[in-house]
Amino acid sequence: MSEPPYPPPNPEGPAPAGPLGSLGPVSPGDGGAARLASREAESLERPPGKPAEPAPPAPEKARSLWSDAWHDLRRNPVFLLSALVIAFLLLIAVWPGLVAGGNPLQCDLAKSQEGSQPGHPFGFDAQGCDVFTRTIHGARASITVGVCATAGAALLGSVLGGLAGYYGGWWDGLLSRLADVFFGIPIILGGLVFLSVVTGGSVWPVVGFIVLLGWPQISRIARGAVVAAKQHDYVHAARALGAGDRRLLLRHIAPNAVAPVIVVATIALGTYIALEATLSFIGVGLKPPTVSWGIDISNASNQIRNAPHMLLWPAGFLSVTVLAFIMLGDAVRDALDPKLR
Amino acid sequence: MGRYVIRRLLQMIPVFIGSTFLIFFMVYALGDPVAALFGDKAPDPAVAARIRAELYLDQPLWKQYLHYMGQILTGDFGTAFTGQPVLDLMADAFPVTLRLTIVAVAFEVAVGIALGVVSGLRRGRPADTSVLMVTLIVVSVPTFVSGYLLQYLFGVKWALVAPSVSPEATFAELLLPGAVLGLVSLAYVTRLTRTSLAENARADYIRTAVAKGLPRHRIVLRHLLRNSLIPVVTFIGADIGALMGGAIVTERIFNIHGVGYQLYQGILRQNSPTVVGFVTVLVLVFLLANLIVDLLYAVLDPRIRHV
Amino acid sequence: MRGGVRSRAGAALCVVGLAAAAAAGCGGGVDERAVGVVRASWGDPQNALEPANTNEVQGGKVLDLIFRGLKRYDPKTGAAEDMLAERVESDDAQNFTVRLKDGWTFSNGEKITAQSFVDAWNYAALVDSRQKNAAFFSYVDGYEKVHPVKGEPTAKTLSGLVVKDPRTFTVKLRTKFSTWPDTLGYPAFAPLPRAFFEDHAGWLRKPVGNGPYAIDAYTRGSVMRLSRWDGYPGPDKAENTGVELRVYTDNNTAYTDLQAGNIDLVDDIPSTQLRNVRKDLGNRYINQPAGILQTLVFPLYDERWSKAGMEKVRRGLSMAIDREQITRRIYRGTRTPAGDWTSPVLGDKGGYKSGLCGDVCTYDPGRAKELIQEGGGLPGGRVTLSSNVDTGSHRVWMDAVCNSVNNALGDDRACTVNPIGTFADYRNKITQQRMTGLFRSGWQMDYPLIQNFLQPTYYTDASSNYGKFADARFDRLVDEANAESDTGKAVAKFQDAERVLAELMPVIPLWYQNGNAGYTAGLSDVTLNQFSVPVYERIKVK
Repeated sequence: MSEPPYPPPNPEGPAPAGPLGSLGPVSPGDGGAARLASREAESLERPPGKPAEPAPPAPEKARSLWSDAWHDLRRNPVFLLSALVIAFLLLIAVWPGLVAGGNPLQCDLAKSQEGSQPGHPFGFDAQGCDVFTRTIHGARASITVGVCATAGAALLGSVLGGLAGYYGGWWDGLLSRLADVFFGIPIILGGLVFLSVVTGGSVWPVVGFIVLLGWPQISRIARGAVVAAKQHDYVHAARALGAGDRRLLLRHIAPNAVAPVIVVATIALGTYIALEATLSFIGVGLKPPTVSWGIDISNASNQIRNAPHMLLWPAGFLSVTVLAFIMLGDAVRDALDPKLR
Repeated sequence: MGRYVIRRLLQMIPVFIGSTFLIFFMVYALGDPVAALFGDKAPDPAVAARIRAELYLDQPLWKQYLHYMGQILTGDFGTAFTGQPVLDLMADAFPVTLRLTIVAVAFEVAVGIALGVVSGLRRGRPADTSVLMVTLIVVSVPTFVSGYLLQYLFGVKWALVAPSVSPEATFAELLLPGAVLGLVSLAYVTRLTRTSLAENARADYIRTAVAKGLPRHRIVLRHLLRNSLIPVVTFIGADIGALMGGAIVTERIFNIHGVGYQLYQGILRQNSPTVVGFVTVLVLVFLLANLIVDLLYAVLDPRIRHV
Repeated sequence: MRGGVRSRAGAALCVVGLAAAAAAGCGGGVDERAVGVVRASWGDPQNALEPANTNEVQGGKVLDLIFRGLKRYDPKTGAAEDMLAERVESDDAQNFTVRLKDGWTFSNGEKITAQSFVDAWNYAALVDSRQKNAAFFSYVDGYEKVHPVKGEPTAKTLSGLVVKDPRTFTVKLRTKFSTWPDTLGYPAFAPLPRAFFEDHAGWLRKPVGNGPYAIDAYTRGSVMRLSRWDGYPGPDKAENTGVELRVYTDNNTAYTDLQAGNIDLVDDIPSTQLRNVRKDLGNRYINQPAGILQTLVFPLYDERWSKAGMEKVRRGLSMAIDREQITRRIYRGTRTPAGDWTSPVLGDKGGYKSGLCGDVCTYDPGRAKELIQEGGGLPGGRVTLSSNVDTGSHRVWMDAVCNSVNNALGDDRACTVNPIGTFADYRNKITQQRMTGLFRSGWQMDYPLIQNFLQPTYYTDASSNYGKFADARFDRLVDEANAESDTGKAVAKFQDAERVLAELMPVIPLWYQNGNAGYTAGLSDVTLNQFSVPVYERIKVK
């Protein structure tokens, strides 16, 4: 049959984009909390209990959804704080030398696990490398993984999910089932296998792997959002006026369906960075001489008793980064949700 | 409804074939598992060839896959490299992991809903903000860090629980590992409860209840919470499938001989019968959980009708 | 809506019930413990527990508990001493006569005869049995007939084995091998009861042997319970009532369990805990030499590493590794910097000679840099260091070795670590000769003979010669040594062969690995044998 497997929208109002629970977790791996993201977007898409009045802005205001959101965001301290943190992180990712002039690969075993001392505020790790330098220099790889994997997964996911949602029927069945196939693979199994076969010292295999297992999640969100958006009167109106598929998708549906994708993406970004740490822990993540928080955290995880500072600093930076991105996503979500105005 | 279920069940067939093939292909791509069986020594070529023939490894990939699927359809999941039937391994591992999952879910529900109620009722106030912070920090700490840390603190430093789990893996022993596993989803239960609670607090029936002069705790428990738990219940339904296959790191740290342990061992030794067998069952669990949740959703929310 | 309400109420009730059950169970979880039983850490054996099919330590532990062979290596000295054998004699170092002691039985009551050995060995050697240690029987006459490299075997039994009477059999070897009787302590040479052949599946579920312990219960992948066999006829009767072997996937967890008193004996202390081990365990910590040598192998099948002049680079790399500091800082004295290609457990008489390698195994960053430059530098200016990282604590020392090389060369990217996720993948890369840089290799001796450290690993086309080192001078010296009937002269020849290694440096010796173990206050008389396996039968439980 050709109906979509998910319930059709409720005629009474914008209906659930898809049953909440059907958003199966992408990552049954402990480390990756990526799946959390989908729930978050879900509650945006469909606040339980009440039909929401999403996308179209109130007519008396001439501002678009975006300028409305921006207006709100500028006044939101949470947004400002997280944006500031992210700006700082991007800065040290691009120019780590600005903050830490040392060489992260310069290690002296004689100083193994020594604590903080002048010139080395965070102390030394088991190999006698400077923890401060390694933490600052680790930002680049970790944030590259986060940003690139998110961008890739968001792009692939929204295109496939959008097409599935818009065309429905046979296409929808095919793409949704394809997403299910990738959903079913435990992330650690996938990581061990994929990253053992596709090797190379750079961050790209890791990014590629995360995109491969991350896109179905975004695709489900995008699909749901498109299914909801295409039921709106203004879409019917545009279609009646003779707009083609392409114009409908790009000009009318996409702008109204993109919000949940953005929200999921910001949250997923943080969790992808944490996922890299788990991959490094099982030995298939980033490889030396790349310096990353994931490598340092996995090396430090057994040293909690001997040298807690080895774990504290990279894990602290990771937590702050994840927190900043999740808070940013939260703020964006609130700003895009008209009910909270 | 009946037609919908049948259609979903039929759609599971291609997904099942697709994912098993993908997993089969992935394990196959890792290369020859026989070399590792000889440890640090070079394989004896004659013995290695015999083992390959016995395990069907000397056949092309598609033949291996067809042979394997044929076996599965007759209920035979093959034999692990140690000579034990994979079905036996499953019978040992799945109950343990199921118990672990139950503890994790119970933890998520008990702590997550409590925190969610606190922050939902005090939206925007310091209590809400601190709950948000705590749950988000918990999310951003990788499991292997929280696992080792809590194991050392509870198991050795304070000697409150045994640091590892015995082969029997009783519920009591699984409390700590279950909590570690549940931490990942904790934030979500909290946030879902909070959002849902805040939404429902403005609903007419709550205003009615307040107007009737009902006591506050009664309103919260009987009216507000009950109606706010729909998304939480459905979330947990989907989470069960994920937690079952997702405990690889947790099971390793706490020495639990469950599904994650078998999968990890299977992967390390490229023991394809074990890996493919376990993942096949996990995919089934995952697909069924998805279906049940979709159906449950319709039951809980009468506005949704499956056609 | 009614349906919905019911479901919710049901779900909530279930949740509350679980939470209550969980809370009620709080504080329990310590299982009851049988009196006098040693609870020891274990790893899941990779193969079915047949004697000739077990080639790793974990399965070896069990065989050591439930089997006794013709010889047994003394746990302290490593000397091969008669166990079931009354004598093993030969006039020509090629034809041996084995005479068994009287009175030995299997734990199921079956008498052990010459046939028990000959059947077991024939089974092990036959290619159809797919035994991984079949090669141990390749010295016996007729091996190529029962174990051809290709095709079907043309004989079912080894023609070199002949039963003379219930307590005597003869062995004809293919070539002279004077020290062959000393290899007979290896578990692959154990006798097997009839039950092994008659009910193979049943035997595998619960193996029956002739050692001081018998298996009570075996849950694959998690626990094996053994109890003392009271009818054991041997001299080394168990001092405790039983052993419980528990499988751990992560040695950190085993150590944590030891601290919490959840287990009595751990024989693999994670390197990250070595710093605390004295504080945690006091003198209940064992650190003693074992027959294990850790090395780094050059892929000499790769032209870039084997071409003329590269021996200087190889020697230079060896000199760039600060073994002293790494063994002290990272291993806290549980490894000893290697000065030859054998092991201290052999003793001076057995062929161990610490300074044999000389300067090239001593840290000298200045000379290292010079040598590498003289030899034309590292291929492409880079070297990688590969090892699996799924087991052991390999990551830490790999990082340290690379840092040491980088510091010596003054180039922080000269050496990089290449961790490999799974052991299987790592082994494949080695056997398929896909390694392009240095890779880890650990040699754990099968029997305490210098021959075992040199021949399988460096002889041309030998089974464990992973770097494909080939040198006619080395091969000739080994051949001469094997033909030498005087042990002292043979050892000297082997040491000459080692000097060739020092010159060409096909494999960098890193350090001798010690056996480590920790135990709880409830145990005493805990020792490790030279294979770093606890001597379970001697442990006393207070």
